[in-house]
Amino acid sequence: MKILVAFIILWPLAGFLFNGLGRNYWSKKLIAYKATGYIVASFIASIFAFLYVQDNGAVTVHYFDFIHTDSIKIPFDFKVDALSSLFLLVITGVGSLIHLYSTAYMQEESAPHYARYFAYLNLFIFSMLLLVLGDNYIIMFMGWEGVGLCSYLLIGYWFSNGNYNYAAKKAFIMNRIGDLGFLLAIFWLIAKLGTVSYSEVLTAETVAKLSSADITGITLLLFVGAMGKSAQIPLFTWLPDAMAGPTPVSALIHAATMVTAGIYMITRSNILFTHSEITQNIVAIIGISTALLAATIAIKQNDIKKVLAYSTVSQLGYMFLGLGVGAYSGAVFHVITHAFFKALLFLGAGSVIHAMHHEQDIRKMGGLKSKLPITHITFLIGCIAISGVPPFSGFFSKDEILAAAFEKNKIYWVLGLVGAAMTAFYMFRLYATTFLGKFRGSNEQEAHLHESPLAMTLPLIVLAILSALGGAIGIPHIMGGHHWLTGQLSTIVSTPQVAHLAVSTEWILMGLSVAIAAIALLIALSRYSKQTDEEPSSAIGKFFYHKWYIDELYQKAIIEPLNKFALFLKEFIEKKVIDGAVNGSGKLVQFSARKVRLIQNGQAGYYILFMVVGIIILFLIWFNDITILRFIHTLTQK
Amino acid sequence: MNTLEILFFALSAFAIISAIMVLISKNPIHSVLWLILVFFSISGHYILLNAQFLAIVNIIVYAGAIMVLFLFVIMLMNVKKDKEPQKQLWVKLIGVIAGGSFLTLLIALVKQNTSFQGRDVLLKEGNIGLIHPLGVALFTDYVVPFEISSVLFLSAMVGAVIIGKK
Amino acid sequence: MPIEYYIFLCLMLFSIGVIGVLTRRNAIIVFMCIELMLNAVNLLLVAFSKMNYGAAKLISATTTAGIDAQIFVFFIMVVAAAEVSIGLAIIVMMYRNTHSIDINFLNRLKN
Repeated sequence: MKILVAFIILWPLAGFLFNGLGRNYWSKKLIAYKATGYIVASFIASIFAFLYVQDNGAVTVHYFDFIHTDSIKIPFDFKVDALSSLFLLVITGVGSLIHLYSTAYMQEESAPHYARYFAYLNLFIFSMLLLVLGDNYIIMFMGWEGVGLCSYLLIGYWFSNGNYNYAAKKAFIMNRIGDLGFLLAIFWLIAKLGTVSYSEVLTAETVAKLSSADITGITLLLFVGAMGKSAQIPLFTWLPDAMAGPTPVSALIHAATMVTAGIYMITRSNILFTHSEITQNIVAIIGISTALLAATIAIKQNDIKKVLAYSTVSQLGYMFLGLGVGAYSGAVFHVITHAFFKALLFLGAGSVIHAMHHEQDIRKMGGLKSKLPITHITFLIGCIAISGVPPFSGFFSKDEILAAAFEKNKIYWVLGLVGAAMTAFYMFRLYATTFLGKFRGSNEQEAHLHESPLAMTLPLIVLAILSALGGAIGIPHIMGGHHWLTGQLSTIVSTPQVAHLAVSTEWILMGLSVAIAAIALLIALSRYSKQTDEEPSSAIGKFFYHKWYIDELYQKAIIEPLNKFALFLKEFIEKKVIDGAVNGSGKLVQFSARKVRLIQNGQAGYYILFMVVGIIILFLIWFNDITILRFIHTLTQK
Repeated sequence: MNTLEILFFALSAFAIISAIMVLISKNPIHSVLWLILVFFSISGHYILLNAQFLAIVNIIVYAGAIMVLFLFVIMLMNVKKDKEPQKQLWVKLIGVIAGGSFLTLLIALVKQNTSFQGRDVLLKEGNIGLIHPLGVALFTDYVVPFEISSVLFLSAMVGAVIIGKK
Repeated sequence: MPIEYYIFLCLMLFSIGVIGVLTRRNAIIVFMCIELMLNAVNLLLVAFSKMNYGAAKLISATTTAGIDAQIFVFFIMVVAAAEVSIGLAIIVMMYRNTHSIDINFLNRLKN
């Protein structure tokens, strides 16, 4: 088992090293095969690990002692249990599909850059696996940082464009702000408990040891980390800008895996969260606010990837809402289904972009359904799934969260419903504008339109199937299923919150959500299949279109003062104070040297004087038990 | 011992006063003369300690030869009283303070040293200062330095001649 | 005569010599103060020799303890004489070159 788990994580690392170091030597085909092959191998190993855990329960694999001092011991352990093996499957499975897709999508790049892309992608998978496999918060943090780094590297993949670099920086810095919260939480844990291993921290006895202030503080700080990584308010503005990276990157990192790291972390630490009412409320409120905010912005966007990005932020908000109301398995379910359909949607968008020769504005698209049939069908399936229409997977996961929200607080449910309606609306707006109606682009673009190669369509098909049928793992009791997922996670989640509603209430809730989603969907279809949006004219329209002016707010409130502060530091402190001190000490030495040199004035009399003074001092030091004062004292006494 | 003490103190006072006058005199010739007086008083001390040979040699060599040499050079240079530039006052002050502290330090050192308690200098008696024992010691134990000192004189003469020639 | 008296006397003379060296600017006077210092040391050495002799005499009547110091004084005088001759030769040469015997003039060492 030890070796198996090691293989899971080492193959992507090997892929990173080989592709990275050998990028100047190998052909594109070879690199593609190797990179994808490694991840597929990891996927197969993950299946074995999953089956093993199914049979034998959770396993902790110990490799070596990472930090080993008197006060703290942090071993390098991997924990393979239901939660992490599920995530393993998702990460390596979706990851290998996206690798396959990328082999065709990135064909235009030259071989060294091609290899660089795959090296970064493999490194990302490695870091993500490290994150979910770690048995303590430190290893999770290592993976956490790693995925942040890879996100930066991949967003700024086309580094010659300054805007892309800026977006990459923005992503990394916002991530970092969250990381600070995470780090503080770890420090707090170490200070209070002296350990960060899951097996020691996440038990009922340990939690009883901590005061409620401790738990609230730690969980809040953990949530800050999750905010940064999973793009919640206020640290979400990096995600839309991260669309500057290649589309498969957006699919993998910003839809399926990295952004779900926050949810993984909170699910793992659920015992701490259930003990802190305040944090749970905060998580839920921020989650639903993010969901609504992002949905409003998505309604007005015109770039295909930006719509999907805001949709991701919105869905993440739903997941956090689920976490906040205690529906941990619901949130994990939504993570899995979201990975399927969001990756599908992004890859489909990539296929469209590829066909439109890198055009991303949906106002210039339209009528693509005849030209790109496979993309069209799969994209449609993805849209239906995300809108929460049964029997596709999104319905089940979203509904579970909404039911738990209803039980906790009706307002959450109402807002969640509004958000679901908006989700359906903007997704079908996107679908209709892109695929229905007449083609609105230029003639040469029209001539270029073709379906994507097999390497790109095959993942689309697989993901479409998964999005359609993936709901099977979480069919609720009232429909006759036995909710396999909740059973899986019962070992992890201390108090699984399956909504205990009356059966009739649940049916009503489900019916309402489906109905509202269907209405929104049809409105969008009818409106947008023939025409596109003009420039928003109303004030609210403008407000949504300009992303609630949050970026500008950040610019004015945070970035500019920071820049001014940095400028101040440079001008005043760096130049005057520090340089002054350094130069000044040089000047001081020069000055004193000049003065001291005057002693060497060639006048022998001075030399003798100093000789005498030197002898006096020598005697004073030598016979150091005499004191002149004592002598003078005896003199005066006589 | 009373007369001896009085004699000692008188000679000491004489020596110190003459030494101070050496410093203070403006005219260099006066300084030389005062120094000769110092040498005389020191020779007086030698006689008090019954180091007769050294007393006589002191007078002959130091006061007689060396100081005369000094006088020759001074008169040769024609050093007059008002031509000699004086050092600035603060330099002199620093010098006096340095010397004074030097003195104070050494006196303090001596005073706190107890190994000199009760050891007296034998005045007036003893024959080690007489010529005979001194000569015997000089020519038996210290004959090598004696011979070498002659070489030293030779080199000094040669050096003086060479330096003076150019 | 306790030895401290002699020590103090010699210290006085010696420090007067030191002060003279530091204070005067005429090279010849400086030289003379050096001679003064040498003499003070001579006196002290002789005093020490008598001190040792006095202590040794109490043990045996025919000792020559302490004669070494007097021989040493003798040699000091020898060296002093040689040194004076050379030193004065140097001063004469200095005077010939610079027509001054001011030791501050010797700041040629500056450059």
